[in-house]
Amino acid sequence: MTASPLLSIENLSVYHGQFRALTNVSITLGAGEVVSIIGANGAGKSSLLKTIVGQVDRTEGAIRFEGADLRGTHTADIVRSGVALVPEGRRLFPSLTVEENLEIGWEVGRRGDIGFDDVYRFFPVLKEKRRQLSRELSGGQQQMVAVGRALLANPKLMLCDEISLGLAPTIIKDLYQIIPTVRDRGISILVVEQDISRSLAVADRFYCLLEGRVNLSGRPADVTHDTVVKHYFGL
Amino acid sequence: MTHFLTTSYSVFVGRLLLACGIVFLATGPFLLDASGMQVMTEFMLMLVLALMWNLLAGYADIVTIGQHAFVGVGAYAFFGFLVFGEWNPYLSVLMAGAVAMLLAVPVMVIIFRLRTAYLAVGSWVVAETLMLCAGKLSAFGGGSGISMPVSAVKQFGARIGERYAHIYWLALVLLAVVFISTWLLMRSAVGLGLTAMRDNEDGAGAVGVNLTRSRVLCFLWTAPFLGLAGALITLQKLRVAPPASFSITEWTVYIIFIVLIGGVGSFEGPVIGGIVFFLLREYLAEVGVWHFIVLGPISIVIILIEPRGLWGLLRRFVPGDLIPVSYTPSALKGTKTEKARSLAASTSDVLSQS
Amino acid sequence: MVEIWTNQILQGVLLGGLYALFAIGLSLSVGVMRFVNIAHGDLIVMISFVLLSLTGGLGLPTLAAVAIVIPISFVGGYLLQRLLLQRVLGKDVLSIILVTFGLSIVIQNALQGVYGADIRKVGGGAIETATIPLSGNINVGVLPLVIFISATLLIWLLDLLLYRSRIGARIRAVSDSVATADLVGLRSARIYAIAMAIVGATMAISAGFMAIWTNFDPTSGPSRLLIAFEAVVLGGLGNLWGTLIGGIIIGVAQAVGAQFDAAWQVLAGHIVFLAIFLTRPQGLFPKY
Repeated sequence: MTASPLLSIENLSVYHGQFRALTNVSITLGAGEVVSIIGANGAGKSSLLKTIVGQVDRTEGAIRFEGADLRGTHTADIVRSGVALVPEGRRLFPSLTVEENLEIGWEVGRRGDIGFDDVYRFFPVLKEKRRQLSRELSGGQQQMVAVGRALLANPKLMLCDEISLGLAPTIIKDLYQIIPTVRDRGISILVVEQDISRSLAVADRFYCLLEGRVNLSGRPADVTHDTVVKHYFGL
Repeated sequence: MTHFLTTSYSVFVGRLLLACGIVFLATGPFLLDASGMQVMTEFMLMLVLALMWNLLAGYADIVTIGQHAFVGVGAYAFFGFLVFGEWNPYLSVLMAGAVAMLLAVPVMVIIFRLRTAYLAVGSWVVAETLMLCAGKLSAFGGGSGISMPVSAVKQFGARIGERYAHIYWLALVLLAVVFISTWLLMRSAVGLGLTAMRDNEDGAGAVGVNLTRSRVLCFLWTAPFLGLAGALITLQKLRVAPPASFSITEWTVYIIFIVLIGGVGSFEGPVIGGIVFFLLREYLAEVGVWHFIVLGPISIVIILIEPRGLWGLLRRFVPGDLIPVSYTPSALKGTKTEKARSLAASTSDVLSQS
Repeated sequence: MVEIWTNQILQGVLLGGLYALFAIGLSLSVGVMRFVNIAHGDLIVMISFVLLSLTGGLGLPTLAAVAIVIPISFVGGYLLQRLLLQRVLGKDVLSIILVTFGLSIVIQNALQGVYGADIRKVGGGAIETATIPLSGNINVGVLPLVIFISATLLIWLLDLLLYRSRIGARIRAVSDSVATADLVGLRSARIYAIAMAIVGATMAISAGFMAIWTNFDPTSGPSRLLIAFEAVVLGGLGNLWGTLIGGIIIGVAQAVGAQFDAAWQVLAGHIVFLAIFLTRPQGLFPKY
């Protein structure tokens, strides 16, 4: 897309002990792009995200963020260099209030133009509940806090890991609605999802993973739903 | 081929040394003078305490800083039955073990409500409380303690040499019983379960090992042996007194050093640690408190570098346990499988050549 | 009769203030870092000896000496966590217990090597003997009162710090989950070290008061640790105000025990602790 992509993953292989979770995966993501990674359970989507944020030890290949190899960098430093993660299962700090959870994203991140007002405008319910402990929130509201926390870090790249998992359709809609807005503010997004249609609807490009390999990639408009489904299930 | 030979050679040498040690212990009174016998008796009793602390910390995941409680209770019980009850001396020794075991039940009820470091400090609180209680027993001389009457002492031998030998044999029997029975325990289903727990807590639960029951069993297992050791220690010291009989320094701190230096979670560890400790003590005795200051950093460095102690270091070069238990220290697993693989490789080399 | 008991209980409450001071740092490290520092008491005693050197050796006024020692202990706590404790925190529980235990032994014996085994005390001046008569035979010592108020103030401040400040929120975040903290870019090792630095500062404050009010010697650490531990467990792990109540309970138990017989003072504290612990193992005001 661009001459030097924001994130470029080249021939990445990842091992968990003896098990090879990813094989020769190559993915690029340009500035201002929304890229979606789809794949069934166990296809290697989570391994991919974990590897990007430095949570996996044994890897081969390269992961470059703004040209710098991320491998061997401590998670906290990767995050501070402008990669924010909305982790699977939310992973809020349960004994912190909503506001405190958001503040941690803001303080740790780079200063930018997304502020608390923006997050509260995206998710008005959070403003009402900002003094409550995050563990007292519903699953959907917790997911909003997790997204808000990542946004407040004003990252260059936001990684979203299964943000729709276990949530009601209306809430998923609310969450996905902000993706184009966020992209327009200059943040690139990597969306990892099991839900094909939801994920392809917001993506500029996509990659489909099967058993740790990319078996299909392109623009959502260029492929039929049928093709995607076939590759998704490896039929 | 040579690799194969040298490595099993080291196990052989190790076992040979172990056998020599056993022979030496079994012939001690014929070889040693009175002071030598005293040192060896002390060594054997410390080894008993070390084996017990190791059983709890190294296998059952119970780290206590209160094991001196049972030693002290054993000492006081023994003294009471022998001097005030005028019981048979051997029976008095056994009663020390029985009382310690009885007391282990309420102690367990208290400290098993705590976990990990809380349990460690909790056991210390209990030990401190028991020591203070012992200081309130006016018949036992209160806080300053009481010496054993000569008549009671003489039941274990009229002359000093005879008595030392007698105590030596008792300590040897105790050590042998503790060593063999604990080894058998570790090779039983209980030991297997604890091994599984150390390697993988979920796994052990999944195969239906009742961890709580195993931990309870181990805790109750150690108490009588600690009490018996307390009785024999009293026979050596010839008096009971709260700070001496319940000495945290001697019966817990030293013991932790021994196990730590030698290697926690193995049978070789306490033995090696005990020998090293006694050697160090002989040579560092004149430097006073400073030998602790040497021991302290040594043990901290050991935890940071090789948590399995000296035996852990040796075990990198020795392919097998000298005293095999089903348990494999998890820290060593990697090296062990590698060793096994290289062993297999060298064997297949030999086969293909022939 | 009633007057004697009232007096004794009052003295016990004030003594509880000192015990709470010992325990605050431990409560913080238990609540935040989820580990018991077995060298806690020995570190306090070590700081007391440093105060002894500053006041006795260099002739500094006690207050000035404490003022010097607080920042030193703050930095010391930071370094202790960074250089030693952090290395074993992620390992098995045995390691962290044994490292702090080893540290405890090192400190005790180093102090004995440097200062000898004598029992010591730091002079506090006129405040030591000053009393406020309340009614009849009931007198309140000014020093114990100052200590009790300091303990309350310190807990109030730490509570504010922990629940109303940015660093407090970060400390609680790391305490919730180190792994999640890493994922959002918090430097957990540094935050733990800051928490331990705060613990160090509280140790210096309690060392200052302890050195003036009570005798100490190189082996006093463990008894301070046990009392601090009891206060923390009684109050409920991680609850700072609970720790104050826990300290008061131990203090009152000791004072009442001492009224029966001076030799029963310490034992009474332990027995009351064990009795309450058996009925409420989670502590009186559990937080988790």
